[in-house]
Amino acid sequence: MVATLDRRAAVAALLRDHGAVLVVTGLGSPSYDVHAQGDHDGNYYLWGAMGSAALVGLGIAQARPARTVLVITGDGEQLMGLGGLATIAVAAPKNLVIAIIDNGHFGETGMQPRHTGLGIALDRVAAAHGFITSRANDMAGVEAIRSAVHAPGAGPQLHVIKVRAENLPRSLPPRDAVHIKNRFRRHLGFAPA
Amino acid sequence: MASAPRIDASPADWPDALHARLRAADVTQASYVPDAGHTRLINLLHADPAVTATVLTTEEEGIALAAGTWLGGARSVVLMQSSGVGNCINMLSLPVIARFPLLMLVTMRGEWAEFNPWQVPMGAATVAALQAIGVRTYHVDAPEDLLETVSAAAIEAFDGDQQIAIPIGQRMLEVKKW
Repeated sequence: MVATLDRRAAVAALLRDHGAVLVVTGLGSPSYDVHAQGDHDGNYYLWGAMGSAALVGLGIAQARPARTVLVITGDGEQLMGLGGLATIAVAAPKNLVIAIIDNGHFGETGMQPRHTGLGIALDRVAAAHGFITSRANDMAGVEAIRSAVHAPGAGPQLHVIKVRAENLPRSLPPRDAVHIKNRFRRHLGFAPA
Repeated sequence: MASAPRIDASPADWPDALHARLRAADVTQASYVPDAGHTRLINLLHADPAVTATVLTTEEEGIALAAGTWLGGARSVVLMQSSGVGNCINMLSLPVIARFPLLMLVTMRGEWAEFNPWQVPMGAATVAALQAIGVRTYHVDAPEDLLETVSAAAIEAFDGDQQIAIPIGQRMLEVKKW
């Protein structure tokens, strides 16, 4: 089955009126997708450290249990941090939602097919770890994920959004990592060092 | 003239004092891949209701987790064995480029009375690898040095946005029995 969802439309729907939800983005296209919907002080964009996004999200979720944390990352980024799913499942935060924008390819490097395009289903991997999961192939599925973000459940969630493999015009978030860090913390009321 | 008697902090008690130092520095989050040298500290952290302790599958997760902890307004410590430092190198880009406070306690293997030669290559490369990516190191070989160093490093990390690792010499740890 060839995915047909437009990733920008999917991320726009996911983030619609996201209010107090804190957002962490994995490097590459997910960062561009989120930035394209509008920059926000409560967004933390990663430009490197592949495999870190979900764990950065866990750290925020543990430190701020009253806030919902939404990690929007790519399938390749999550594959590089697969063990982190076990760590998150055991830590069991109820306020952490991971949304995988899954194009089944290495989009930044020449669209080489990767594991998720060759039979590996990250939602099934996550389900085996005990996550609340779903897989969206259409906008109705994305809307269901958006509802789940705003109604946290009994444990961590991981949702896969299958999207068309394409490189869209980049919408570049700031690359000054110190600025983004301090801006995010100020948004939560914390002063820089 | 006989040498002065060696003054040891009770070897069994330094993890308790270390736990107290970390809590005095307002550390409320900890993550770890276990090492025998960290056993008692890990137990103390889990038993402390004010601390969230997270077990990792690989050490690099702890580096990312610590960044998120700081974004969320809390302070953390990452515990690992020296072999785990090798797993962290690219992930350390994150605290180095973003100047996230980072406090790592690294129990050393591959040195002092090491039985297992497989521990030697990474043990010998641990400090060089940390320094190469931009993490500063304060090696300690005695419990009293460890305690003072942890308190000083916590100030540098959390008040000064520094990335600090404290390699704890195998000489002060109980050498693994085979």
